Amino acid sequence: MTQVTERATRLRSQAAAGISGFARNWLVFIGAVAVWELATRLAASVFFPPPSEIVATAGQLWFSGPASQLFLSETVFDHILPSIGRCLGGWAIAVVLGVGLGTALGRSRTGMEYVGPLFAFFRAIPPPTLVPVFMVLFGLGPGMQVATIIFGAIWPILLNTVDGVRSVDSVKVDTARSFRTPAPYWIGMVVLPAALPKIFAGLRLSLSISLILMVVSELIGSLNGIGHQLISSQQQFEFPLMWSWIVLLGILGYGLNAVLLAVERRVLRWQPTRNDDA
Amino acid sequence: MRSLYRNLAGLIGFFLIWEGAVRVGLVPELFVPPPSEVLSTTAQLLGQEPFIRDVIATVLAWAIALGISIAIAVPAGLLLGSIAWLRTATRAIVEFLRPIPSVALIPLVLLVVGGGPEAKITLAVYAAVWPILFNTIYALAEIDPVLMDTARACGTSRARMLTSVALPHAAPFVFTGIRMSAAIALILVVSTEYVAGASSGLGNFILEASSGGTNMDQVLAGTVVAGVIGYLINDGLERVGRRMFRWNEAVGEAAK
Repeated sequence: MTQVTERATRLRSQAAAGISGFARNWLVFIGAVAVWELATRLAASVFFPPPSEIVATAGQLWFSGPASQLFLSETVFDHILPSIGRCLGGWAIAVVLGVGLGTALGRSRTGMEYVGPLFAFFRAIPPPTLVPVFMVLFGLGPGMQVATIIFGAIWPILLNTVDGVRSVDSVKVDTARSFRTPAPYWIGMVVLPAALPKIFAGLRLSLSISLILMVVSELIGSLNGIGHQLISSQQQFEFPLMWSWIVLLGILGYGLNAVLLAVERRVLRWQPTRNDDA
Repeated sequence: MRSLYRNLAGLIGFFLIWEGAVRVGLVPELFVPPPSEVLSTTAQLLGQEPFIRDVIATVLAWAIALGISIAIAVPAGLLLGSIAWLRTATRAIVEFLRPIPSVALIPLVLLVVGGGPEAKITLAVYAAVWPILFNTIYALAEIDPVLMDTARACGTSRARMLTSVALPHAAPFVFTGIRMSAAIALILVVSTEYVAGASSGLGNFILEASSGGTNMDQVLAGTVVAGVIGYLINDGLERVGRRMFRWNEAVGEAAK
């Protein structure tokens, strides 16, 4: 009984700490925006418009649509959604390929010896340098962008999966073997859960790489998308517009990372010790 | 020894498949030249002064950027990691700056500092600071309290605790952050050269070679060289790390 009340008190105090921490974070954030506003108003530089102006431009840009489209403007459908789709689509393909291939290679004793150096080399290639190759292969369009994203995002996932699969506790390996666990159960219920923390570290890294490559590929060769809008607003000297795209990319990066972290916390709840590296 | 043969077999196998795919016509030769052609172009380029100059420009920008990010991020991380109120006060700002993809700032940086080497260094520093900063803060947060209490019980001064307990504990994590940052900085340097059309550098070489659409062997040669540089940096830092932190078992575990 006392244990239960103790637990409740602890939970309550944790919740209180969480809420006050949340409030403090937002207070600091609001303070920072206020300082930013003041500084930009004082500096009055055309390159750095005050945040209030950025927000006004962004609102005009994104939320000026008719009610039938939930007030979202054409820009959202023409540029933002395709960009997010390419980013997440390329990342999802990289996840499937990376985890699948990584599991297979991690279980094989000699597989990695054949392809290890090759993959280490591929990972070391800065993905933007392959944009011209993908551009002639797939043309100017989503194919090139998705290919670039997959190429950049797959290696952290693949190599982390190999690492994770390799690190399965040998007692578990022996136990499963002595019970003659069938291969699908063995992979699905022993190997992958043990590898998940490592895989998630790879997923987080590759998600931010996907976002970066989405922007790079759109900056270089695209007819629509956030990156394309960003560079064209810079070329037209529409600085508040340019800033609203930068802010949007920041929100996207923050949001995608937060969602993935929430999923990770949920999926890995059973883990006794969570190490949050990477 | 056997693993070395297998490594080589894998590499040679990949080149053979590539060569075969081009020769059979699976991939148009105009777009993706066979590796024999790419490798000979690479060898040729390595003998040419302008290309070497581009490579040096890229590597130099990378090294400067990494140096600056270490000089900023390690002290900042130590400060934020050891002073709690400072960490809380800056958390929101850090959390909102970090997720901005560094490449989104390319247009802004081009406007403010121009298209010279400063642009790529600025962007690479912006991107490379975060992994080092976060690994440093994380390392200080993870110090075994028993270690700190023991040191305090022995009457160790605050400064001594920082240099003899906290720093040695944090060093391997900081180094892992530096390794991640090294890779990111190279990506940023090459991307900026490529996107902004800088006056020199590997990215610029690739941009110029690709503009005609017919010099794909040069584009791929540039890519190969960029990959080799990246590989050497990563491998070299990994070796250095293993030597320096042989006493620490966490190195093997630390994030890649």
